[in-house]
Amino acid sequence: MSRTFTLMRAPQRVRRRLLRGAVAAAGAAMLTGCDRLSRNEAFVDTLKSAERLSHAAAGVVAPRRAMAQEFEPSQVAPVFRSNGTLSPGDADYVALRNSGFAGYKLAVGGLVAKPAEFTLDALRAMPARTQITRHDCVEGWSCIGKWKGVQLSYILEQVQPQAEARYVLFRCYDSMDGPSLEGRDSRYYESIDMDDARHAQTILAYELNDKALPVSNGAPLRCRVERQLGYKQAKYVRAIELVADFSKIRGGKGGYWEDEGYEWYGGI
Amino acid sequence: MDIEAEAIAVATPPAVAPQSIYRHRLPVRVMHWINVVCMAILLGSGLNIFNAHPTLYWGHDSVTGTPWLSIRGVNTPQGPVGKTRLGSVEFTTTGVLGISKVDGRPTERGFPSWATIPGPQWLAMARHWHLFFAWLFVVNGIAYVLYTIFSRHLVKDLVPTRQELANIGRSIVDHLKFKHPTGAAATRYNVLQSLTYLIVIFVLLPLIVIAGMALSPRLDTVVTGWVDLLGGRQSARSLHFLAAAGLLLFVVIHVFEVIVAGVWNEMRSMITGWYKVPPDPASPEVRP
Repeated sequence: MSRTFTLMRAPQRVRRRLLRGAVAAAGAAMLTGCDRLSRNEAFVDTLKSAERLSHAAAGVVAPRRAMAQEFEPSQVAPVFRSNGTLSPGDADYVALRNSGFAGYKLAVGGLVAKPAEFTLDALRAMPARTQITRHDCVEGWSCIGKWKGVQLSYILEQVQPQAEARYVLFRCYDSMDGPSLEGRDSRYYESIDMDDARHAQTILAYELNDKALPVSNGAPLRCRVERQLGYKQAKYVRAIELVADFSKIRGGKGGYWEDEGYEWYGGI
Repeated sequence: MDIEAEAIAVATPPAVAPQSIYRHRLPVRVMHWINVVCMAILLGSGLNIFNAHPTLYWGHDSVTGTPWLSIRGVNTPQGPVGKTRLGSVEFTTTGVLGISKVDGRPTERGFPSWATIPGPQWLAMARHWHLFFAWLFVVNGIAYVLYTIFSRHLVKDLVPTRQELANIGRSIVDHLKFKHPTGAAATRYNVLQSLTYLIVIFVLLPLIVIAGMALSPRLDTVVTGWVDLLGGRQSARSLHFLAAAGLLLFVVIHVFEVIVAGVWNEMRSMITGWYKVPPDPASPEVRP
């Protein structure tokens, strides 16, 4: 009886061993396959199609004017975490910093009726908005800080965007690959659409936690786009440009990290 | 035949169990395998995303929040060492967590490259994988729930009867003995199985999706402040991770049970739909 049993079970044991081997091989093949697919342009484009879907869906369930959560002063983190560039080494920035940003001027141009330049004093004299919000980095960490600045919508009213302007582009001081690399412009840049540009919580901040914006957090002026991830919050803003499309600018993806493969829509 | 007798005749399972039954209908089979692909990719890409900041917290932010899981690599005179801290306990996890080999060299990373999609640390690409398959996963999941409701699969097969619930003790003992139902009993999900499926479908899966959505700064604005219901964004990130761990535990047990119960029969039933009913030793006439 036991003999028959063993004979009957033998093929099953072989099958089990085969199956275990097949599962392990399938797992390994899947991982190798995923790595190979990650380098296949057509496949990655398919994966990236989810970004448009997510952006559209987010617009449906979270209305254009929906507000990001604002927090209590007691929830502000004692030290606001800084990330990316902590102190730009670019000569023009270093000169500005050494002068206490006295010579700083924000140039606003591109597709606008009235291009203009604003000094820090002029920006500080404009109506200000203060907001305690949570900064969410694409890496996964978050930090709550109190920002004060002028609404971007207010600046846009001053310069009067033309009808074909679809994006607000921020050009920054900090070179990401180090300023020594002459010839290749690696300065940080970012772009947002007009919905986010005109949103009440989108501000050009010059204060963090009731003090002048520190260098490590983007002094003298940084953007806050509260409904998107951290990399959309351009620091060290040098100039603002209104454009109809950004496909001819730099890597063509609308921002430094976008050119490195991150989503342009950073709301997810 | 009066009505009462007819009711008994319908409710009593046939004395002789059929040899083969059509157990899983086509939509369930298709959705099951789509789910397998989605879950594997979401887990792998999720771990790659986790690696970009391999610490989890309770609270709103990661500066004031309370860390409860942290995976890191530290340099020691003896070489790089992987450290995993869970609550107040620290484990040395060199080789798997914190420090693992990438192209033969010990490298600092949370989860090892064999567990992540893609293998190399590549946050942007992992997000593309994760967010694409998250859509497929959610659409497939909604389709499945609607199907179970409208096909009555939910009420007929997944919700246990009162009698089954009363006999849960026996089912637990049977599971611990790796004893699987035979005959007529094998034509239905057993009570532990159906309760597990219900918890996975109606607790873990909604939790992982909702906690995942809480990580999106834009979706946080749908109703301003709703993320507080999960304890804040960093808590939501922890819950997303824990729900994934729960699903992984489910998959491990599920696959184990499939192997114990008879891998070919179970696989056949999820591929072709046909399940061979294990003969009931009590009714020898159905033996082949």
